[in-house]
Amino acid sequence: MLRAVYKWVDERLDVTPIWRDVADHEVPEHVNPAHHFSAFIYCFGGLTFFVVMIQILSGMFLAMYYVPDIINAHASVKYLQTEVAMGTIVRGMHHWGASVAIVMLFLHTLRVFFTGSYKNPREFNWIVGVLIFFMMLGLGFTGYLLPWDNKAYFATKVGIQIAESVPFIGSYLATFLQGGDMVGATTIPRFYALHVFFLPAGLLGLLATHFILIRRQGISGPL
Amino acid sequence: MSKKVSRRQFLTYTLGGTAGFLGMGMLFPMIRFAADPMLKKGGKGAFVKTNYKEDQITETPLSVDFRVDVKDGWYVPEGGEPRTAWVMKSEGKILALSPVCKHLGCTVGWESNPQFKGEFFCPCHFGRYFKNGTNVPGTPPTKPLDQYETKIEAGHLWIGPIKKA
Ligand code: FES
Repeated sequence: MLRAVYKWVDERLDVTPIWRDVADHEVPEHVNPAHHFSAFIYCFGGLTFFVVMIQILSGMFLAMYYVPDIINAHASVKYLQTEVAMGTIVRGMHHWGASVAIVMLFLHTLRVFFTGSYKNPREFNWIVGVLIFFMMLGLGFTGYLLPWDNKAYFATKVGIQIAESVPFIGSYLATFLQGGDMVGATTIPRFYALHVFFLPAGLLGLLATHFILIRRQGISGPL
Repeated sequence: MSKKVSRRQFLTYTLGGTAGFLGMGMLFPMIRFAADPMLKKGGKGAFVKTNYKEDQITETPLSVDFRVDVKDGWYVPEGGEPRTAWVMKSEGKILALSPVCKHLGCTVGWESNPQFKGEFFCPCHFGRYFKNGTNVPGTPPTKPLDQYETKIEAGHLWIGPIKKA
């Protein structure tokens, strides 16, 4: 049945070469944990991507209940967590996943660093990776404010004061982030927009670049 | 095709099954979370006291305002939400009609269109109802107006939930 549907589509759209290009490629022995168990360190990049996918999915579902404004933000988070079925689990996925994503990303960076994979010809992909790191930090920072509890509020105040300490442009930066003179009504929608539209869009673009480059250049050789 | 499952097929099914199981473990909570409003039970609806005395109710429909406690997600309006009923005496009994049109939910009014005396009128698509709430045939509504349960306690009119048909 499934095979027949696939054949029907493939006859018309010739999709086989597309997914062959995406999925069907050699996994060299030195990165395959089935050959050398220590090769599991090569999994961290893929795991980071997997966690990012969970973040996007769980975030989409959380957005069905969350309201980004000073009156309703905390109330809606409390509602979805305590009164909606599985709310604890879905919010938990997003909450813990955020930390796991950063940890995985960091482990992936360490692996690339210690195997020297960033060296010629892959310097450009290292830079893309560092930009991804900043995007993820931005996502973490903007997401932290959204529950609008004490921790969120003061963490954002601290973050914005750090931004304010940048020479020359600091105060502009702070006003831009706050959307006004203080962390409040104008800040939440701004952080929300960054958190769900701008940063994810940027992240997906960078991830696409990251993956195209690695396919083009291949995984770096064994040590 | 042979009936025997080849080693390759066995592996494909096992891997596919495991992946599907793990994927469902991830997706199920999210889908259940999103579907929750469909599966939640509605409130039961209690009787609330109105400001009207029994002897104020006549044969002419009277617009009676009352407030019901509602819980709209995390939002609980203070003092409840305003509701209205058209209350009248009919054949010695009290009839309290819901003003929500049975066509597509606009609000009906008693004689709100001077063309139709002695009828409830809905401005949205010209739905009409007779005084007892029965829909006028040939107008958009296909069912009579809903009725609220009522009771008289210590001379005051109380309004309850919508009567189940
Ligand atoms: S909603 Fe009342 S006539 Fe259509």
